[in-house]
Amino acid sequence: MGIAIGLFVAIVGVILFVAGRIGGGRGDRWVAYLYLAPVVLMLAVGLIYPAGRTIWQSFFDAAGTSFVGIDNYHTIFTSPDQLTVLRNTVLWVVVTPFVATAVGLLYAVLVDKARLEAFAKALIFLPMSISFVGASIIWKFVYEYRPDQPGVRQIGLLNQLIVWAGGTPQQWLVESPWNTLFLIAVMIWIQAGFAMTVLSAAIKAIPDDVVEAARLDGVSPVGMFRYVTLPSIRPAVVVVLTTIGIGTLKVFDIVRTMTGGQFDTSVVANEFYSQSFRSGNEGLGAALAVLLFVLVIPIVVYNVRQLRAAEAS
Amino acid sequence: MTATSTPLSTTPPVKPTRTSTARARKRLTSPWASLAAVVIAVLWTLPTFGLGISSLRPEREIKTTGWWTFFTEPTITLDNYRDVLAAEGSEGLGAFFVNSFIITIPSVIIPICLAALAAYAFAWIRFPGRNVLFVAVFALQIVPIQVTLIPLLTLYVDAGLVGSFWTIWLSHSIFALPLAIFLLHNFMREIPAGLLEAARVDGAGHVQIFFRVLLPLLTPALAAFGIFQFLWVWNDLLVALTFAGGGDEVAPITVALANLSGTRGTAWHLLSAGAFVSIIVPVVVFLLLQRYFVRGLLAGGLKG
Repeated sequence: MGIAIGLFVAIVGVILFVAGRIGGGRGDRWVAYLYLAPVVLMLAVGLIYPAGRTIWQSFFDAAGTSFVGIDNYHTIFTSPDQLTVLRNTVLWVVVTPFVATAVGLLYAVLVDKARLEAFAKALIFLPMSISFVGASIIWKFVYEYRPDQPGVRQIGLLNQLIVWAGGTPQQWLVESPWNTLFLIAVMIWIQAGFAMTVLSAAIKAIPDDVVEAARLDGVSPVGMFRYVTLPSIRPAVVVVLTTIGIGTLKVFDIVRTMTGGQFDTSVVANEFYSQSFRSGNEGLGAALAVLLFVLVIPIVVYNVRQLRAAEAS
Repeated sequence: MTATSTPLSTTPPVKPTRTSTARARKRLTSPWASLAAVVIAVLWTLPTFGLGISSLRPEREIKTTGWWTFFTEPTITLDNYRDVLAAEGSEGLGAFFVNSFIITIPSVIIPICLAALAAYAFAWIRFPGRNVLFVAVFALQIVPIQVTLIPLLTLYVDAGLVGSFWTIWLSHSIFALPLAIFLLHNFMREIPAGLLEAARVDGAGHVQIFFRVLLPLLTPALAAFGIFQFLWVWNDLLVALTFAGGGDEVAPITVALANLSGTRGTAWHLLSAGAFVSIIVPVVVFLLLQRYFVRGLLAGGLKG
């Protein structure tokens, strides 16, 4: 670690020293190029080249040697296993952003200007700082199942609640497609804090006189939320939805840690890892990675357009 | 938005009003609303709390009774932590915990420094191709890291770097650059141009301006991004698994924990204690530096 930091400090030192030598005027542009050189080099080698290479690779077979055209993409959209993966991914991307944003928004409104607001927010926000692996273990324990036999007691909270209510304990992570929803719950648990924080800041930024004017007109609290709060924070809601959507598309750790993709729970990001590194199918893995890329683009474009529109008005 | 326009304040302003606004909101906080808030807070806290209690119970009790029985028959032990940290061979998490630090610290410092240089060039130096290059860097934020992993791994193999920390340091640094440059550039643009003009008239060069004028003003932004990057690298599984997958010598605690969860899925005494060891560092960082972290989130969330 010491060597890495030392070497790196030396590089930056040389850059700064040379930059200090270059005079003003037209020399400025050379300072700029010098400052940008390491970044451009790293991005070219570490992002642009690999991305191009992966796109190319997605048209090749499992071993990466013979050209197969769009066969890999064809497999993704026709083989039953891959269709399950696609179905799960759609479920993740549709459910997670909306539920997490709804919970975050509800909570932000409820605790706004309440006593202990900072503490109440920290409780919801804390899962954001935990790794997906840690969060998965926390929830695996909640879902833990023990067979329903005399003398055997449940150790997972959810099944204990079912038993207390007179029901039979379930294997939450085994029954498809419901198990995917139980995995999604973990992601919602992590992301709601993010939604709450951003939306809470947006709510606090609503000018007081707007709220005041609406109140003088006799608007009810629910009407206030519907006609004042919600329209005012619309751009923030869009950003939160799309940010969580993008994060959800790439989620891999939760599926891998909780089920390993078994019981029909795999998603595109996890399937990419399995195909590339476990099954040795480089072509299909590359195609899945490219699919991920393609799916992210419209969400980002929508986000940017909404932001532009918000700034223009 | 609000966060970036006031680079020196630390939290979004909260107006302590007792005006009609406050009264209007008060009506919203009916008993039902309070109840809903409490229910959400409990739902969000209980899972972690349960695992935390479990990690302190003896192995046999964890496996036969629920953690809630702790309140009627409390027994506390630190054996689980001792077992999971110091266990022989690849199961001891202690070494992986150290690896996490070795991975995280350079992975935070390197991109911040490089991004600060680049952001300075984008924000304050006019040069041909500036806009095109900036848009290109911005656009690279949408490349999912999955797309880059395999070719990058091949490059590392060719360079003979595999099995060392270099692969992980370099990868995290590269993946962080687009967002870091974008955020720092936004913060830099907020600094009044007059300040830089004045320094330039006094004869300061780019290096002096960077260190004497900009760096002190940028500290909150650097802190915000630093915490972001720290949490992201510490919590990462995919990058570590890909580049340190084979060798335990360079794997961080997330990899060890994920493996433990896969192979010893029922060893709850190890899993609960292990999860808590891995959680403790990001949670402490988060609690200590919460306000910077939230600011970073707002700046990134609302503009990215």
